[in-house]
Amino acid sequence: MKFQDEFRDRELVQNMAGNIRRMAERLPAPVNFMEVCGTHTMSIYQYGIRTLLPENVRLVSGPGCPVCVTPIGYVDRALACTADPRNIVATFGDMLRVPGSHSSLMEQRATGADIRIVYSPLDAVSLAKNNPERRVVFLGVGFETTAPTIAVSILEASRRKLTNYCVLASHKTMPVPMEILTCDPDLNLKGYLCPAHVSTVIGGAAYRPLAEKYHIPCVVTGFEPADVMQGIEMLLAQTLRGEARVEIQYSRAVSWEGNPKAQAILHQFFEPCDSVWRGLGVLPGSGLAIRAEYAEFDAEQVMTLDVPDAVENPACLCGEVLKGKLTPFECPLFGEFCTPEAPVGACMVSSEGTCAAAYKYGR
Amino acid sequence: MCLGVPMKIVSKDGDNIVAEVDGVQKEANVMLLGEEVAIGDYVIVHAGFAISRLDEEYATETLRLMREVFSAEDMA
Ligand code: SF4
Repeated sequence: MKFQDEFRDRELVQNMAGNIRRMAERLPAPVNFMEVCGTHTMSIYQYGIRTLLPENVRLVSGPGCPVCVTPIGYVDRALACTADPRNIVATFGDMLRVPGSHSSLMEQRATGADIRIVYSPLDAVSLAKNNPERRVVFLGVGFETTAPTIAVSILEASRRKLTNYCVLASHKTMPVPMEILTCDPDLNLKGYLCPAHVSTVIGGAAYRPLAEKYHIPCVVTGFEPADVMQGIEMLLAQTLRGEARVEIQYSRAVSWEGNPKAQAILHQFFEPCDSVWRGLGVLPGSGLAIRAEYAEFDAEQVMTLDVPDAVENPACLCGEVLKGKLTPFECPLFGEFCTPEAPVGACMVSSEGTCAAAYKYGR
Repeated sequence: MCLGVPMKIVSKDGDNIVAEVDGVQKEANVMLLGEEVAIGDYVIVHAGFAISRLDEEYATETLRLMREVFSAEDMA
């Protein structure tokens, strides 16, 4: 297909690898670049990109899988919502297997909880319309890519004057965690392959403060193998020239200003808030909360959720994997005790999780 | 979950489109797009919404640059 096949051309990718190797010979010291998106991580494992890179150019996986960074406490709150028989809990499919402190949505569903998988947040609004005697609680997770679609669902519910639709919101926003990771001396990051789809909404300009303040090159990069290779080339070129700018490799989909319409609707319904990230803790201003004007659509406001403190599985190293400090292969549970069928941590659940990608495609 | 797929618009009715990739058709809503789209255009579809239109000119340009980089190196 156009926009896809050409960017998977083996010969093209091989030749780009040759070019990267030649550039890397001029590096004074090894460099670590972080691929932020879970979809980048998938693509990198799927196409064996790491095996094409010279030893002194390392790719580190970042916190860009929305399901993975959703903290266990949120899963517990979602599980608490399923306890009220009036509630229908609607969710994107990949939240289903994410372990909470004591159970998962999948397990609750097996014991009779009404949990529905939807493809679009608008399907959840239809559920509310068709079940007026029930209350639909939509699990709002995701980055700036997803948050506008959930904002539209609230808009639609308010247009239809539905009083039985609400969102349990745990949206996260992007540049903040990158700033935290840039400052981590253990990671010693020298460049970012910035998220692709998030950037269709927020625009390439959103990374400028990061690039300037920390003097770190940022390239908004697409997901196909040739995109990733070109993103790495562009980061290397900047490194060799001593520059730190934002560039857009994925120009066929991402502009500097992003998608103003999606931004406007997002800000109409949500405002920035502090947010807990799995592995990273509370990051100021890194989440999105439903604005007070729309409290009637905020699950936290319309329900009292009494949830005890979350209990993490101490053996799961997801937090370290999400920070790029460990690879899945370094987790003792990986592969044997933790698999996509029986996941211990969120990183093994989502199709974009680093552990799931490593399990599916190997090194 | 953050997945988004480039899909070709095959029909359109107001804000609702049907888009196709690899023979699979999906319905999506275009109200989040800031620009008009038409049948034959490519969009990235995420969670039932088109979130971005794919620009053919930029795609061609990107491919041209990719190919140029290695041919220049090969001549060296
Ligand atoms: S392999 Fe499983 S237990 Fe280990 S970090 Fe990944 S998700 Fe957690």
